[in-house]
Amino acid sequence: MRAEAVRRWPEMIVEAFIRAAGYSAVLFVGLILFFLLREGLPAFAEVPFDALFGTRWYPIEGYYGLLPLVGGTLVVTIGAMLIAMPFGLGTAIFIAEIAPRWARELLKPLVEVLAGLPSVVLGFLGMVAMAPLVRTVLDVPTGLSALSGSILLAGMAIPTLVSVAEDALDAVPNSYRDAALALGATRWQTIWRVTVPAARTGVLTAVMLGVGRAIGETMTVMMVTGNAARMPLGLAAFFRPVRTMTATIAAEMGEVANGSEHYHVLFTVGLVLFIFSFIVNLAAGAVVFQQRKRAERLLS
Amino acid sequence: MPTRRPPGSAPGWLIGLLALAALLAACSSPPTPAAGTAQPGGEQLVLINKGSDTMVNLALAWAEAYEAVAPGVTVSVTGGGSGTGIAALLNGTVDLANASRPISEGERAAAEARGLIPVEHVVARDAIAIVVHPDNPVAALTLPQLSAMYSGQITNWSQVGGEDRPIVLLSRETNSGTHVYFLEHVLRLGDNEQPIFFSPETLLLPSSEGISAEVRQNPNAIGYDGLGYVTPDMKTVAVARAEGGPFVLPAIASVTSGAYPIARDLYIYTAGEPTGTEEDYLGWVLGPAAQAIVAELGFVPVE
Amino acid sequence: MPPRERTQHLIFAALTLAAVLTVAPIVLVVGYIAWLGLPAIRWEFLSAMPREGMRAGGIWPAIVGTLYLTLGTAVVAVPLGVAAAVYLSEYAPDNAFTRAIRLAIINLAGIPSVVYGLFGLGLFVLFLRLSTSIAAGSLTLAIMTLPVIISTSEVALRAVPQSFRLVSFSLGGTRWQTIWRVVLPQALPGILTGVILGLERAAGETAPILFTAAAFFLPRLPDSALDPTMALPYHLFVISTQVPGMPIHLQYGTALVLLVFVLSMNLLATVIRSRARARRQW
Repeated sequence: MRAEAVRRWPEMIVEAFIRAAGYSAVLFVGLILFFLLREGLPAFAEVPFDALFGTRWYPIEGYYGLLPLVGGTLVVTIGAMLIAMPFGLGTAIFIAEIAPRWARELLKPLVEVLAGLPSVVLGFLGMVAMAPLVRTVLDVPTGLSALSGSILLAGMAIPTLVSVAEDALDAVPNSYRDAALALGATRWQTIWRVTVPAARTGVLTAVMLGVGRAIGETMTVMMVTGNAARMPLGLAAFFRPVRTMTATIAAEMGEVANGSEHYHVLFTVGLVLFIFSFIVNLAAGAVVFQQRKRAERLLS
Repeated sequence: MPTRRPPGSAPGWLIGLLALAALLAACSSPPTPAAGTAQPGGEQLVLINKGSDTMVNLALAWAEAYEAVAPGVTVSVTGGGSGTGIAALLNGTVDLANASRPISEGERAAAEARGLIPVEHVVARDAIAIVVHPDNPVAALTLPQLSAMYSGQITNWSQVGGEDRPIVLLSRETNSGTHVYFLEHVLRLGDNEQPIFFSPETLLLPSSEGISAEVRQNPNAIGYDGLGYVTPDMKTVAVARAEGGPFVLPAIASVTSGAYPIARDLYIYTAGEPTGTEEDYLGWVLGPAAQAIVAELGFVPVE
Repeated sequence: MPPRERTQHLIFAALTLAAVLTVAPIVLVVGYIAWLGLPAIRWEFLSAMPREGMRAGGIWPAIVGTLYLTLGTAVVAVPLGVAAAVYLSEYAPDNAFTRAIRLAIINLAGIPSVVYGLFGLGLFVLFLRLSTSIAAGSLTLAIMTLPVIISTSEVALRAVPQSFRLVSFSLGGTRWQTIWRVVLPQALPGILTGVILGLERAAGETAPILFTAAAFFLPRLPDSALDPTMALPYHLFVISTQVPGMPIHLQYGTALVLLVFVLSMNLLATVIRSRARARRQW
């Protein structure tokens, strides 16, 4: 009996650690929010509220209009999704429904390789090889533009899109397909009218997570979008330089004195990004809770 | 078969617990004064040097050469921009701040509020070169023309005697001393009260090399950068103070004589008068060996 | 051919094309970097300090720095992440708080890497006064990696059949003994895969270490966890954007080393996963 009690002690410590680790995720999200608020909220006291909604971002002279930055992030993200969705979802459908086994075994690891490519490597290639190409092919003033950013971001969002959407399609019971085929539908009709609609929540999750990926990407966009803090208005904005929120933080944070107005505003930008990603992930998560099994796979 | 392990062996958990304990210990330990002077890193003395990207290669070359002069001292160099370096000096995370512009009123006030007196050392001079693609026929520009281009009033090369091409404006990020100098002395022509800004179309590139890379391959582009960054595959434009004035190309002679209009001093700032390792290093930097490196890298030596 | 079959053929062709166009650039990118980077790969490049303003010499301190950061991340994130996964799979009751934990994990996974950088700067560098250091960078990367490790490990743990646990309990095993001797060993390949994929991401990231760990140039190896360090991704960023007259083969060489570093982790994860799948007994 005594030996039993002695053995229990380490076990209790380990179990306490496990419990604490389990709670830690909540703690970390709380800490991140706390530090963003702690360093970001003073900006609202230092900079007039409506100045934050101005259209000029020129921090060294006290212009902190966030609109060009928010607009820049939106333009690049929308562009990225317009490119990523057809390719990503097409690839997912191909892998899940059409591809022969060998192609599937080849494609899945390749897509994972794409997920593993460091963002600086893509940014580097984008800068030296892709931007000049974009300029000459499209005959735009410069290749350092929202479009170049969107193309690379699409590349970074595609692995997420493919794996989550493919999981969702895979999870559709085979009996659905069999029923449709038995009724005389072609394979494509089955995919389009039965399988994809049955997996639509998962496909939606995939798209939302892809959006999250694109909004948050930093180094790549900083290296290829030109970082001009212009208001991106109209369709032409896709072909012009933009400045995103993430690139702004990365480019300027090193510069500022801790506790200065500029420092606080950059944390506010971080806060806006946090809120964006929170909403996007909440939307993805809402679907996730309906379908637990998929939820567990989606982050892997 | 599950892999067997001796009961009670839990290295992973132990490490985790230790890490957590370390974290907690760090949380509860009283705040230590931030590093202000050379930190002993083992036996080695380390001078932490940060700031101006214009100067980073110069600072690197100095750091490397100094290793041979004083083997016991390591100089660690980081770029990021003049503002970055001065901010870090204020935050007490560096010993030497490189700056390509003088410290601003606000920064000096912030330093004094923290009980620091920034001391300025002029360590080199630099010309800001205006660069374009080698195929661009424009060879000379006046300061007012540059101001009109960068503020967005002139948007086509044909308006300054070039081909019919849109002008793509390239600039350093706002944290760069070069950016501030260009704003004050070129865009605003020395009159800082003028409400002239960089056109919002201006591409802000995170570094000098970003500008060079774009200028090399884009015939629409115009950029400005420290003379040390100009490579033979770009074209340097001659600059005149005003219409009719002499157009001058940047070079050591034209900077020293004052003929080239866009030149400035480069600084190292210390927190208080330098002592010990810092003093030795700065003394060496102003000496002939270090100043020879200055000229080698395309900057202009002092004295 | 009936029209609806022709439509199907067309669409299948389009989907195949989409898949090919998606993976072709990956092969192209890796091949391009390998082609241009290989000439730079010499023993000196891998083992020497950078010289002449990083335009010559090697990238040894950046390689070591990335190793240190990855190890530091692993030391913190692996125990914490696996323990959290054990909690979620073996202990957590099905209640609102557990759902909050899951929501928190999903959100951690979605937070932009540069926001992690801000957080690391605020908490570790400034508040805890770790200064710009390997410790601050590793802790920041660890928190970023955590959601990947937790979710993949949890999937692996849950995949262990319930009957294994019941047998252990019926033989008198405590909950912890069951987890340590039965569940964890069975789930180990899955956990390892997740850990490696998480660390792979940490190794390649730049934005989180930008303000927390990275040094532009440090001509020596860091000698404590409180030293700043060079790191491969940041070094690539620096030499491709900040250093004038940088020989292009050094840039591609550095990109290649980083790529090999990251992709070999990827390959390792794939191998572990497929071997485990082949051996699985349930």
